[in-house]
Amino acid sequence: MWRFFHKLGSPKWFYGIALQLRPWLLWVGLALLLGGVVWGLAFAPKDYLQGNSYRIIYIHVPAALLAQSVYVMMAVAGVVTLVWRMKLADLFVRAVAPVGAVLTFLALFTGAVWGKPTWGTWWIWDARLTSMLILLFLYFGVIALGAAISDEKSSARAVAVLLLVGVVNIPIIKYSVEWWNTLHQPATFKLTEKPAMPAEMWVPLLLSVLGLYLIFGWLACLRMQTEILQRERRTRWVKELVKEAGY
Amino acid sequence: MPADPAMVVRSPEDSPGTFGAMRSLFLRDLRVAFRQKQDLLNPLLFFIMVVSLFPLGVSPEVSFLSRAGSGILWVAALLSVLLSLDHLFRHDYDDGTLEQLVLQPQSLFLLVLAKTLAHWVVTGLPLVLLSPVLGVMVHLEGNSLGMLCLTLLIGTPVLSLIGSIGAALTLGLRSAGVLLSLLIIPLYIPVLIFGTGTVAAAAEGAPVGAYIALMGAFLVLAVTLAPFATAAALRISLSNS
Repeated sequence: MWRFFHKLGSPKWFYGIALQLRPWLLWVGLALLLGGVVWGLAFAPKDYLQGNSYRIIYIHVPAALLAQSVYVMMAVAGVVTLVWRMKLADLFVRAVAPVGAVLTFLALFTGAVWGKPTWGTWWIWDARLTSMLILLFLYFGVIALGAAISDEKSSARAVAVLLLVGVVNIPIIKYSVEWWNTLHQPATFKLTEKPAMPAEMWVPLLLSVLGLYLIFGWLACLRMQTEILQRERRTRWVKELVKEAGY
Repeated sequence: MPADPAMVVRSPEDSPGTFGAMRSLFLRDLRVAFRQKQDLLNPLLFFIMVVSLFPLGVSPEVSFLSRAGSGILWVAALLSVLLSLDHLFRHDYDDGTLEQLVLQPQSLFLLVLAKTLAHWVVTGLPLVLLSPVLGVMVHLEGNSLGMLCLTLLIGTPVLSLIGSIGAALTLGLRSAGVLLSLLIIPLYIPVLIFGTGTVAAAAEGAPVGAYIALMGAFLVLAVTLAPFATAAALRISLSNS
């Protein structure tokens, strides 16, 4: 167990693991995502109230779910950075922060597109929309702070502190639809209850959520590998790797 | 310049104790602030000017101002606190005082708390004292005027405390000002929402107890948690230089 933990701190070891893991993440994720989205968009039954417009849920919900959990993952990585000073945790934060920002934007954008036919407006200052917007700002802050500090170690720790401070927002987003009376509907999936929609509707949604998680894993591995190569460019193993590739 | 009481090197036996150190740091910060009176005045002038932009820029009508007034005052106060944050640690960082503070035997948590409190007394408190005058100028009624002052009184320390985290994180960076705003504004939004929400509820005659309690909860959370993050951030920024 502890050996595994120590190994995890080594970028070189992770580079190898990520190389093996990546095709699995990509192909299984792509299959699930495509399966879920195609099933959802083309074959799932119409909503009795919203008609076909509800189908954007198959993109909106996975993006929104992931946008929040990416932030939580980054905050956990921030704890690891502060406590164990593990390089890999910071690499993860650097690699996925832009991905999280894009997902948050995607959630806001698809939400706006969905809002137009159902609520009759692109945007309202509703609790959940506002707190997702704050989440987007938090992502921007993390990226900006990380870019502003040139020293690698203190940059990693400063970003970790900011992540932990910002994590306050996550429960607010999560429960905003239950605490305040808002237009946004409550969560689609809960761990304790069955979803309030028929199986033909939620099974493809679940597939696309899982698919997007795997795709995110693939993207995180890829971006972390790039980051590792850049940071370790002076080490011998990277130089040999480059030589093998024939550059 | 006479030696600062907080900065005099002492032997461990006659060290002033935690609260003594907090008190002398607090008084020192006030003294330093009052020596540069213009710096003290600038955030206030900024506050007044921003508030006066809205009637000129949007609409001087009483019906608009009495509805939007509390929000205008809150946003102006928020921006003015944000601008003053850069001073919180900057001078001490530049002349090395901050390093001595971090090396003190007393807990950095409490020292940071004392410093932030001093910052609030010279920036937040004057805003609160000035807000009734500006509130009258934007046609706030009696009830909402009082509520505005109360929410600002509870809210501005929260702004100072949260802001101290950002000030500590951006210490010693180029273009720290804009970055500081980017980091801190998202964290200010909940305080702003509940601050103006309280005034809006009071204006409609709705009960405001729950809102005030929530603002108080923000304050308690900020007092107990923010100095931790600020102290950690200060250590990081100092190890950076």
